[in-house]
Amino acid sequence: MLNYALRRLIVALLVAITVMSLAFLLTRLSGDLAISIAGSGASPQDVEIVRKAYGLDRPLMVQFLDWVGNAAVGDFGNSYFFKEKVSTLIFGRLPVTVTLAAVGLTIALSVAVPLGVLAAVREGSWIDRAVTVFAMIGQAIPSFWLGLILMITFGLLLGWLPISGTGTWQHYVMPGIVLAFTAIPALMRLTRSGMIDALSSDYIRTARAKGLSRASIILKHALRNAAIPVVSIAAVQLGFMLGGSIVIETVFALHGIGFLAWESIGKNDFPVVQAIVLILSLTYIALTLLADLLNAVLDPRLRAT
Amino acid sequence: MSAPAQVMAGATPQRWRLALRRMGALIGAAIVGATTLIALVGPFLLTSDPFIQDLNARLTPPFWMDGTSPLHLLGTDQLGRDYLARLVYGARISLLIGALTVVTSGLIGTTLGILGGFYDGRTDDIVLFAITCRLSIPVVLVALAVVGLIGSSLTLVVLTLGLLLWDRFAVVARATTMQIRNLDYIAAARCAGASTPHLLFREVLPNIASHLAVVATLEAALAILLEATLSFLGLGVPPPLPSWGLMIAEGKDYMFFSSWVIMIPGTALFVLVLGINLLGDGLREWLGTEKQR
Repeated sequence: MLNYALRRLIVALLVAITVMSLAFLLTRLSGDLAISIAGSGASPQDVEIVRKAYGLDRPLMVQFLDWVGNAAVGDFGNSYFFKEKVSTLIFGRLPVTVTLAAVGLTIALSVAVPLGVLAAVREGSWIDRAVTVFAMIGQAIPSFWLGLILMITFGLLLGWLPISGTGTWQHYVMPGIVLAFTAIPALMRLTRSGMIDALSSDYIRTARAKGLSRASIILKHALRNAAIPVVSIAAVQLGFMLGGSIVIETVFALHGIGFLAWESIGKNDFPVVQAIVLILSLTYIALTLLADLLNAVLDPRLRAT
Repeated sequence: MSAPAQVMAGATPQRWRLALRRMGALIGAAIVGATTLIALVGPFLLTSDPFIQDLNARLTPPFWMDGTSPLHLLGTDQLGRDYLARLVYGARISLLIGALTVVTSGLIGTTLGILGGFYDGRTDDIVLFAITCRLSIPVVLVALAVVGLIGSSLTLVVLTLGLLLWDRFAVVARATTMQIRNLDYIAAARCAGASTPHLLFREVLPNIASHLAVVATLEAALAILLEATLSFLGLGVPPPLPSWGLMIAEGKDYMFFSSWVIMIPGTALFVLVLGINLLGDGLREWLGTEKQR
């Protein structure tokens, strides 16, 4: 187990280093950064001053190591636009994104798991059919469009919820639903197929033979086994949700890190973009590592591989 | 031949799922076929132009609403451009993005996957590592950043999505190659003196192609959705090109008074993506590549 955990950790570290290099190279794609920072009206002398001021005249490798070294201690440099430390900026926006992701995951799980279980228990019934169709629709609906439809329906026509911004818990309801929709189809399908496998297994037959109640069989015995892959996929989905929140935060004008990323891309504020790409990737890497280790604890067969 | 009661009695869960899938596949094929046809010949049949503005006819409602104009079946946008014409040209953009992205990402992913699956050992480690790295990169954010830094264009969107969406191709190509690499016909070809390129291209590739076709449909649907998302956020296909995502973005400011400006392109997008997914599911069933359920 320790061996497996160690190997997994080393791979995660290597992935993190690779992604860091990619995040760094990404912002050098536009060619000469000094020109884009100085603006279109700048004279060659101005560009030269900017280049010196931001340390862009140094060799690429030196810039990279400098950035990695500082990022390792949580210093991502200063934002070009906000004239603030990038780390301060991101930590200020983080609560909104984390809240949104938490609301989204809660809604997703509380819709997907019961529906998946219901579809599996009543395999072949109209409920099962409805769940299949629901998953199909959920997969095809563009999340930004769903957001706009909810805004028109619940914000304008019914007037139940605020249309955009942050402040109260009501502001998180519509974005949370939209975010949940991006994860529900996968979670629901997994719960359904996991439950069907579990319900047809020998230990359930034994439980039935012992005369246990139907509810006890489904909830205590089958669901517990079907939940293992769902938990690990949920961790991965949370990572995707943080990445996907950029679209939803922009639609609903929620000022989280997704919105910050979108603003910063438009303003060529590359230290912020770089830092957000890195943070989202590292979160994803950490979550998948956690899910893998959790799986290894729950399922001893995985440790051998 | 058989009474309805008997048909009902024989309808096991698997059978209705199969029937539902088959029907879904037919609907999916019809949607994709119709959209392709519209995208190909539609622009030649239209009398209106998707780029010509008519500020006197701004936000004309579509045919099912009051105050519509016979000149504009689906109404006009905020600049008075014909919505039907824009929708038809938008289908071209969506399908083009879907097809080109799949070609690019399919090439990258399949190459990596086959190499990893065929050679095992160090090569496979590298391929697996590449897949893991790719998965930990947030697609939407990175695509937005690339387009934002370099400048929006159709080519750039295709290239970016192609370079980002190869992971599922690689995973599937790798797994299926591993399954078949030790089968007799591969060994037989090798004994017959076949070179490694011959083995990979003539023996392995044709035998995993059906699995890759299923992945291709799913990825095309994903690429179309992502392009619409990027264009909606203003960092995808540049205006005045009528991308469906861009149409929704431009209509967003007017949606509370004229909700059809977002409903028409949004529905088109939803129906096309649904159609491609249905087709993919049906294909999977038909080719028998589905593991179970």
